[in-house]
Amino acid sequence: MKFKHAIFEKNSIILLVGILLMVSVGGLVEIVPLFYLENTIEKVDGMRPYTPLELAGRNIYIREGCYNCHSQMIRSTRDEVERYGHYSLAAESMYDHPFLWGSKRNGPDLARVGNKYSDEWHREHMIKPSSVVPETIMPGYPFLAESDLQFSQIDKDIKVNQMIGVPYTDDQVLNAVADLKAQLDEDSDDYDAFIERYPSAQVRDFDGNPSEITELDALIAYLQMLGTLVDFSIYNENENNR
Amino acid sequence: MSEDKKEIDEVSGVDTTGHEWDGIKELNNPMPRWWVYTFIVCVIWGFAYQFYYPSWPLINDFYHGAGGETQREKVHAELAVIAQERNQYAQRMATMDIAAIRNDSSLSIYAREGGEAAFGDNCAPCHGTGAAGFVGYPNLNDDEWIWGGSLDEIQTTINYGIRGVHEDTRLNDMPAFLRDELLERQEIDDLTTYVEGLTDSSIRSTSATQELFIDNCSTCHGEDGKGIREFGAPDLTDAISLYVTDRDSIVDIISYSRGGVMPSWNGRLDEATIKSLAIYVHTLGGGE
Amino acid sequence: MTFQNDPPVVSRLTQSLTASCLALGIIFAILIAAKTSSGAMQFHAFIIIAAFLAGIIAIFNLGGRINDDNAKASPSGVYYNNTIVKYGVIASAFWGIAGFLVGDILAWQLAFPVLNFDLPWTNFGRLRPLHTSAVIFAFGGNVLIATSFYVVQRTCKARLAGEIAPWFIFWGYQLFIVLAATGYLLGVTQSKEYAEPEWYVDLWLTIVWVTYLFVFLGTLWRRREPHIYVANWFYLAFIVTVAMLHLVNNATVPISFVEPKSYTIFAGVQDALTQWWYAHNAVGFFLTAGFLAIMYYFVPKRAERPIYSYRLSIVHFWSLIFLYIWAGPHHLHYTALPDWAQTLGMTFSVMLWMPSWGGMINGLMTLSGAWDKLRTDPVLKMLVVSVAFYGMSTFEGPLMSIKAVNGLSHYTDWTVGHVHSGALGWVAYVSFGALYCLTPWLWDRKGLYSLKLVNMHFWISTVGILLYICAMWVSGIMQGLMWRAYTELGFLEYSFVETVAAMQPYYIIRAVGGLLFIAGSLVMIYNLWRTILGHSANEATPENIDNAIAAQALGE
Ligand code: HEC
Ligand code: HEC
Ligand code: HEC
Ligand code: HEM
Ligand code: HEM
Ligand SMILES: [Ca+2]
Ligand SMILES: [Ca+2]
Ligand SMILES: [Cu+2]
Repeated sequence: MKFKHAIFEKNSIILLVGILLMVSVGGLVEIVPLFYLENTIEKVDGMRPYTPLELAGRNIYIREGCYNCHSQMIRSTRDEVERYGHYSLAAESMYDHPFLWGSKRNGPDLARVGNKYSDEWHREHMIKPSSVVPETIMPGYPFLAESDLQFSQIDKDIKVNQMIGVPYTDDQVLNAVADLKAQLDEDSDDYDAFIERYPSAQVRDFDGNPSEITELDALIAYLQMLGTLVDFSIYNENENNR
Repeated sequence: MSEDKKEIDEVSGVDTTGHEWDGIKELNNPMPRWWVYTFIVCVIWGFAYQFYYPSWPLINDFYHGAGGETQREKVHAELAVIAQERNQYAQRMATMDIAAIRNDSSLSIYAREGGEAAFGDNCAPCHGTGAAGFVGYPNLNDDEWIWGGSLDEIQTTINYGIRGVHEDTRLNDMPAFLRDELLERQEIDDLTTYVEGLTDSSIRSTSATQELFIDNCSTCHGEDGKGIREFGAPDLTDAISLYVTDRDSIVDIISYSRGGVMPSWNGRLDEATIKSLAIYVHTLGGGE
Repeated sequence: MTFQNDPPVVSRLTQSLTASCLALGIIFAILIAAKTSSGAMQFHAFIIIAAFLAGIIAIFNLGGRINDDNAKASPSGVYYNNTIVKYGVIASAFWGIAGFLVGDILAWQLAFPVLNFDLPWTNFGRLRPLHTSAVIFAFGGNVLIATSFYVVQRTCKARLAGEIAPWFIFWGYQLFIVLAATGYLLGVTQSKEYAEPEWYVDLWLTIVWVTYLFVFLGTLWRRREPHIYVANWFYLAFIVTVAMLHLVNNATVPISFVEPKSYTIFAGVQDALTQWWYAHNAVGFFLTAGFLAIMYYFVPKRAERPIYSYRLSIVHFWSLIFLYIWAGPHHLHYTALPDWAQTLGMTFSVMLWMPSWGGMINGLMTLSGAWDKLRTDPVLKMLVVSVAFYGMSTFEGPLMSIKAVNGLSHYTDWTVGHVHSGALGWVAYVSFGALYCLTPWLWDRKGLYSLKLVNMHFWISTVGILLYICAMWVSGIMQGLMWRAYTELGFLEYSFVETVAAMQPYYIIRAVGGLLFIAGSLVMIYNLWRTILGHSANEATPENIDNAIAAQALGE
């Protein structure tokens, strides 16, 4: 082969630069447009950032590795739409840092599990899944109900999310800790302010133990809101085919 | 170490490139033809596919492809066809009264099958794969109904749920007699014995306890303890129970109440599916 | 080009500089341990302090050992750094067993969920990343580092660049593994598959990896061969591309410099594609390019035949690295990723088929004229079968990239079967082949303790692999079909849990296959151990192939 491949073989820097050029192209062409093409993320109504409690629950979901078994991405195929509901939109995870679409379904998709079951069912299911679903292969997480949620620094979490582009207001950052508590108690004084900051948030004690704020409270709060935000009754499918 | 080092490999008769590293040499074989051609075919196919389907990103938009169709369009079309096919059933189901659906032979088969399909992924997690329920989640196979076992009543239950989020949800909360300080511990203990006596004639209670029951419980469960459907208060005299497993569980319910939640499915499942579910549940064995 | 024929030396200056950096690190770690609210991070700070202290002591110790006059040059006058490779061989074997064991625990957990014990650190969700990281990064990574250090020295006829740096890479990498693994068990994870370690562990890996790049390049600069051997192209592509992927995909903002939690700067669909661009190319550059480099050295070496085609090497190298990068979206078919990106991912994956097979052809055809050696040399057999598995999984991969096929396979065990035909058949087998070659060469033994045991390892493990991947094909395709099965009236036929229940028999078969695979690996460990001890089973093999090759390796 007489075209001068030897040049790469004789000079490690040229080889290195050649490699770098070759491996840059694909990523640039595929990833960068996702940031600037406006049709990447659908126009929807109802999306809001996570409440502090939901965000804490999401972090527990990440910590326990639930995404190893559960997807949160309903594909646009007939069977998935029939089983799980409307296919997932890009807009539905636009505040997700990181995304949790998953790649393996040892368990069912959870993208729309919100409001599908009762808190009590989730409680029983998380503590001992086989007590309600005998065929299940899901592990039990009894320790979640017994662990206090660590949330004294949740404002930092909200703050960082704000920094990286989630539209939290300064108000939401400042009141993060109070908001987290308010979501667990319908009778709290902060209720109104909380609902104003997070319209459509579900407020109640989630783990059946109003005297304590546990990790299970946060996790169930997160599960119960999954897929409930976007208002599909006014979503225009045909404008968002891409 | 360049051309001059080239030699002929004895085994294959092919010349080497003349380089050698730690004893490793390279033959100067051409690339296999089939390999090159297959590669070219793959590349041509790839570009053809990209030509037909949405592919390359541009400045303000992406290239939409000569065929133009996106996956979302495809699935919308596919679902529309199915909706169309189902329409002959679904439309009739939407307008028809549920009892009439049930009496229509083709519709009722359709409804039962649709109900069964929806049951597996939506209801079985609570009511069990065979609908036999668990503690706290009623058995739907038996004749005992808390809120009623007619087609209409079942449909209402599924549609709006029990203590669910829907505004028309069935609602009735048994008081937590101990927590809310309505009764003393001793009284609850007596009532527990009384409740046990309702199913086990060997257990007897005093008339004072009966009084206590009538004062506190009969508004919902009836004076005879046979339950009142409108209030969703279960029959305490039969062997079938939602929460009761032993004496302690009775104490627990009277003390703290339970308030199990059956979600509302209106909005999540469509009308035809809910009717199908009602018919399916109704035919499980205990329909009234 | 600088030739280095003098015995290696470590200067006081580099020793002191490196030690000061470590000391500085210790101060940081103490600060973090004092301020953090996270028990896990505090624990990590203590590990770092202990490791850096040990490092400081070792640095001065090492200097003494390297600078003594007993350093031995090879017959061609090069003072090869063999010790580092020995360490790498041992670490590879150790992490391999650990990773396989965790994998098999996972396999049993999926068949019998009681094995999760309902504790935080033993449940499937936390153990799965432990398995993937242990096998890919701990086992695979150590094999890659060890072999690359060996191969680059031999094919450049030069001592490994740096004296402290290679040791820093080796031990720094082990520290990375320990931090990552203990982190997962304690719930410290970013959740991005194959990039789970949190920001501070990522940062540490970055330092180690950049050092690795420079040591590798530095060795190339010292080479006494005019051309860079094809194995080194692949190693170089592996090292620099992994650096690029790692930096971009782990871009993240910690909530505080003393807390482990961080938030990825990308969100949703952009994050998804960045992640799968990363993960797919972790496959492409870690598990493929890196191991092809191993193949390009050890197959011709073991078969004692020239590489089949130089031109094929060139064309398949450049087309492979160029096309691989584009294929990431095949992990996101039918998702909320826009169709245009999915189309590119699918088509480029199919175009990637032949460039992938170029490596297989070059590997297999290198044996032409030496096929008879397969009968007598089980190590070569293992290497060749690994190349065949490579060919199989790179055929299956493009097939699964086709949207219609992926619609069925995605989210199911079919993917897991594909992964493990690549992981067990290709990655692990080519690694075993390399370890079998390296051990007698490095420890200066006449040959392996026993070739019969190698043969035994080969057969036990091969049965294990076949059980594993066949079980996964069946369960994966079955589950995919059940998910989309319809009754005559057009309703979904099975509920999700019915599909879960149907898979149990296959999960048991897979777990048994895993056990066999582990059993085979233990046979290997035993064999390598006896080899290191200098024992020989005195088998009456026709010619002890190892003898010839070992002699050649040492005598060049
Ligand atoms: C080993 C795999 C596995 C892990 C890990 C796992 N799950 Fe599951 N999950 C399952 C399976 C299988 C099912 C279906 C059967 C059932 O409902 O238990 C399920 C069902 C569920 C459901 C009900 C979904 C539905 O629509 O019926 C929820 C909610 C859930 N899991 C949440 C979680 C959370 C939260 C975690 C982590 C803390 C988790 N799972 C970890 C396997 C797993
Ligand atoms: C989150 C758990 C849950 C799910 C999911 C669920 N149910 Fe229920 N269901 C309950 C509970 C709890 C009750 C009893 C409530 C009470 O009366 O205290 C109930 C009651 C009922 C009743 C009334 C029984 C009676 O005796 O009156 C019917 C009928 C019923 N469910 C059908 C369904 C159907 C059909 C579905 C699926 C579409 C479903 N359920 C899903 C929890 C659930
Ligand atoms: C306001 C209405 C109301 C009153 C008053 C009431 N109950 Fe109930 N009770 C219910 C309802 C509704 C349920 C169904 C369970 C639930 O809460 O989901 C129930 C359930 C029960 C059960 C469990 C039945 C089963 O099938 O497991 C027992 C036992 C019981 N009640 C006993 C009592 C006793 C004893 C009293 C009086 C001290 C009482 N109840 C007063 C409404 C009432
Ligand atoms: C004894 C050998 C092994 C056994 C029993 C085993 C078992 C498993 C199991 C049970 C899973 C989880 C699958 C699931 O979630 O359904 C898994 C995942 C995985 N394993 Fe292994 N494994 C073994 C060896 C290896 C090796 C050697 C490698 C790589 C070199 C590897 C790489 C992976 C990867 C990448 C995944 C994730 C797959 C995905 O996300 O789709 N495994 N393994
Ligand atoms: C031409 C080469 C290849 C192509 C085109 C390819 C393609 C694919 C596809 C389509 C998937 C499934 C994605 C999904 O549905 O989620 C996949 C998964 C995977 N492949 Fe390959 N593959 C190739 C070679 C290999 C090789 C050689 C290995 C080596 C071990 C490998 C390891 C994996 C892993 C680890 C995953 C799982 C990723 C995850 O979901 O976690 N692949 N590959
Ligand atoms: Ca609580
Ligand atoms: Ca990371
Ligand atoms: Cu891939």
